[in-house]
Amino acid sequence: MALTLMKGSEAIAEAAIRAGARFFFGYPITPQTEIPEYMAARMPEIGGCFLQAESEVAAINMVYGAAGTGARVVTSSSSPGVSLKQEGISYCAGAQVPCLIINVMRGGPGLGNIQASQGDYFQAVKGGGNGDYHLLTYAPASVQEAIDIMMFAFDKAEQYRIPVLFLADGIIAQMMEPVELPEMVDYKVDPEKKPWACTGWKAGDDPKKRGVINSIYIDTESLTVHNNELQACYKEVVENEQMWEEFNCEGAEYIITAFGTVARIAKSAITQLKEKGINVGLVRPITVWPFPYDAVKKVVDQPSVKAVLDVELNEGQMLQDVKLAVNGTKEVDFFGHCGSLMPSTDEIVNKILSMKEGK
Amino acid sequence: MAVLFEKTKLLTDKQFHYCPGCHHGIIHRLVAEVLDEMNLQGKCIGVAPVGCSVFAYDYFNCDMYEAAHGRAPAVATGIKRAVGNDTMVFTYQGDGDLASIGTAEIVHAAHRGEKIVTIFVNNAIYGMTGGQMAPTTLIGQKASTCPTGRTEEWSGMPIKMSEMLAQIPSSYYIERVAVNNTANIAKAKKAIAKAFRYQMEGKGFCMIEVLSTCPTNWGLSPVEAIDWLENNMIPYYPLGVYRDKEAE
Repeated sequence: MALTLMKGSEAIAEAAIRAGARFFFGYPITPQTEIPEYMAARMPEIGGCFLQAESEVAAINMVYGAAGTGARVVTSSSSPGVSLKQEGISYCAGAQVPCLIINVMRGGPGLGNIQASQGDYFQAVKGGGNGDYHLLTYAPASVQEAIDIMMFAFDKAEQYRIPVLFLADGIIAQMMEPVELPEMVDYKVDPEKKPWACTGWKAGDDPKKRGVINSIYIDTESLTVHNNELQACYKEVVENEQMWEEFNCEGAEYIITAFGTVARIAKSAITQLKEKGINVGLVRPITVWPFPYDAVKKVVDQPSVKAVLDVELNEGQMLQDVKLAVNGTKEVDFFGHCGSLMPSTDEIVNKILSMKEGK
Repeated sequence: MAVLFEKTKLLTDKQFHYCPGCHHGIIHRLVAEVLDEMNLQGKCIGVAPVGCSVFAYDYFNCDMYEAAHGRAPAVATGIKRAVGNDTMVFTYQGDGDLASIGTAEIVHAAHRGEKIVTIFVNNAIYGMTGGQMAPTTLIGQKASTCPTGRTEEWSGMPIKMSEMLAQIPSSYYIERVAVNNTANIAKAKKAIAKAFRYQMEGKGFCMIEVLSTCPTNWGLSPVEAIDWLENNMIPYYPLGVYRDKEAE
């Protein structure tokens, strides 16, 4: 198959369509506006629906409405807009409405800036909205990886009936890379597979199939049962859906942990360090929830590993999960920037060198 | 034996939780009867709000959603865009939900001309949370968050949603009704039926505002509450058609 040079945001949008998304609700915000723009042009060509909402709050509620009918629905935004979506995301999680949310992260807090950032890690994996819920959260490191994950993301959302979050930094959305796009999936709502969906129930139909898309369970007993169901589902996700990449880890002296674009810079640093005779490995979580604790621990537990360096485009958020994984067995250092100043290869090389010198 | 009356099959057998004298029960019945009479079962999806009618999904015997506070018109937009014109989509919302936290969603659903019907129950107070001031609370009316009575100076004049939404170019049909007596109940049912018909004909956004009592939070008996509604609410919120594009 031929490679096409595509901008990340447009490639992600096209991949969502090829994965069966036929509804997009969103609101413009930099640096992801190319996604709604692409959807606005593309959806009508394939009989889909693009609708510009009055706000991110409305957009996620439109997602809740459309996805509750069984359709494959996607929305995208960037950090401040994703904050606005948190109420609706919590409702989608509570009502077990499978859907797809893309966050092209920019600098924060507040309006922050419009450059790339990884500052929404906590929001994505430690909560965001109210209540005990999780989102299956993918953090792609390349445009191609974003496409490849997109092709199964809806299947995962539907299998577990949970919202899936794409946690991409602004670089992934804004850069152009040669990509291979898969064929269009022929997705149709199957009421047998989605008995919960609102597809037009009437008296005489199976009473269990009356669609009630709902997150309120007013008595303590039923809310407990409901939460137990959610937690059982999250447990399955933790057991089955962890994804990560290991690079040059065997016998490494230092291990770098990083996600998204930063991990690619770390790889360049690792190559440079290798030339200097220093063996450094990388563990890159692809799912940041569920976080691959065991995988990180296993790599770090190698006797050759002296210490761990977590690198992020924030002030150290995934760092907490890395520390939980390492559990005090090795020293965990951090290097990162906020304000969207991307860590450079040289900075990472120098940081490892200073760790080696015991500074 | 001839059957003279049957409960509409668009209501479940679940017992309403509403207080004695509250008008939600009547309004639920009217909506359900109209859906039934128009043979819309199997072709309708409703959206319940946050507020006293939060459990409406347990009462309407069709596919139902429960939306976040104020967001029902956005949820209904998503549903309608997904199911298309053959399915009737309605929201059922109170004044705290629609006229306060949900103003953006209702205004823009009307602005886009969403082919949905909104049943807006206005009882001039927050019922579910126990009688706080709403944007619709009348001047001088006491509520737990305006214990000495609402003043214009502090909280502004009560918001008139039907009048406001009627100004939006894409609104198709907006009417305010009440269910305080038999004649008005009949008129309310007619208005609801017209709104549903317009939607099934693919016309634009329709909202029926229904003035309702809240004896519990008004601190009145059911009979006194009806008097209060007639003497205070109807004069400030006049009944009538505010927009009907078909008639224009």
